[in-house]
Amino acid sequence: MQWIVDGVYLAVAVLFIVGLKAMSSPAKARRGITWAGVGMVLATLVTFLVPDMQNMALIVVAIVLGGGVAWWAGRVVKMTDMPQMVAIYNGMGGGAAALIAAVEFARGEVHGPVVATLAVLGSLIGSVAFSGSVIAFLKLQGIMNKAFRLPAQNLVNIALGVAAIGLGAWIVTSSVGAGTANAWLLVLFFVLALVLGAVLTSPIGGADMPVVISLLNAFTGLAVGFEGYVLGNPTLIIAGIVVGASGTLLTQLMAKAMNRPILNVLFTPITGEAQAGG
Amino acid sequence: MTDVLYLYIFMLAAFTGYEVISRVPVILHTPLMSGSNFIHGVVLVGAMYALGHATTPLQIALGFLAVLLGAANAAGGYVVTERMLAMFAPKTKKKLPAGEQGA
Repeated sequence: MQWIVDGVYLAVAVLFIVGLKAMSSPAKARRGITWAGVGMVLATLVTFLVPDMQNMALIVVAIVLGGGVAWWAGRVVKMTDMPQMVAIYNGMGGGAAALIAAVEFARGEVHGPVVATLAVLGSLIGSVAFSGSVIAFLKLQGIMNKAFRLPAQNLVNIALGVAAIGLGAWIVTSSVGAGTANAWLLVLFFVLALVLGAVLTSPIGGADMPVVISLLNAFTGLAVGFEGYVLGNPTLIIAGIVVGASGTLLTQLMAKAMNRPILNVLFTPITGEAQAGG
Repeated sequence: MTDVLYLYIFMLAAFTGYEVISRVPVILHTPLMSGSNFIHGVVLVGAMYALGHATTPLQIALGFLAVLLGAANAAGGYVVTERMLAMFAPKTKKKLPAGEQGA
């Protein structure tokens, strides 16, 4: 059974890369999404064949529920509302990656410094992508109109980032050997990471949002890749890291196309009060 | 040795991602972002692993939420990308780049 699963996962990785390649050329772009879609269906189906899987019914219910609602929402939404749909679906991917790390910590399966580090990094990046994408969605949807800018915003960002990384390092050192970490430490860490994502994104204006969504998309890719390592699944690693790298490049290209360096987008956002820098 | 092999996978995947989209035209920026958003929806597979090996109620709850979100990422990402790329069908090819939303 395992060799079928491994073989299909390999084919899926090929389909994803070929699909992504096709999607970067106008003539072949539609074929690209079809190939990637076939890959996704194959990957999902073959995962049911993985030995000693439990909770099959729950898995099916969750897929039908989550996939069904998202499919319907993606179909009915107006064409002009597409960017925020990309944002919210991206955020869900980041959230899923962070939750995978949470489950692995709860199971006590995070043994060794490398696994612990990548699990913590993946959940940090995934949580930031989740809350950041939710804010991006709320802004583009027009639910959150104002740009919230804290006093000394950049200092707050840095302080939150340092605190989250410090806490993450603490979790890594305390989980090595034990395979798990203090539950409250983990909860605090996830809360901190979620707040960081929200605070980072909320001052950014609507015009810069596509670049930010692209950056958060690359973040989610990285998080998926890291959690793929935690689970020992090469397909997750390949798909995640390929998206992480191509997403980073795409973010740079998008920022260049609108003449705004990516660091300006993040740290000197154009808001109502602020001047548009040259 | 296995850890080192994984590091090689990380490195090769990073170069692949960079190379594969390096010649993308501006008009495809947003659809490509959406397409790569769909591809990291494979996190669904990881979430299925997590839920499939969960035992306590807490683990099952977290895993269930992970599969829910992962499935939404994959299904929603596909529909949105497919709709964006449908605008690149040959008959609309001569029109101005209507699919370009952000850049």
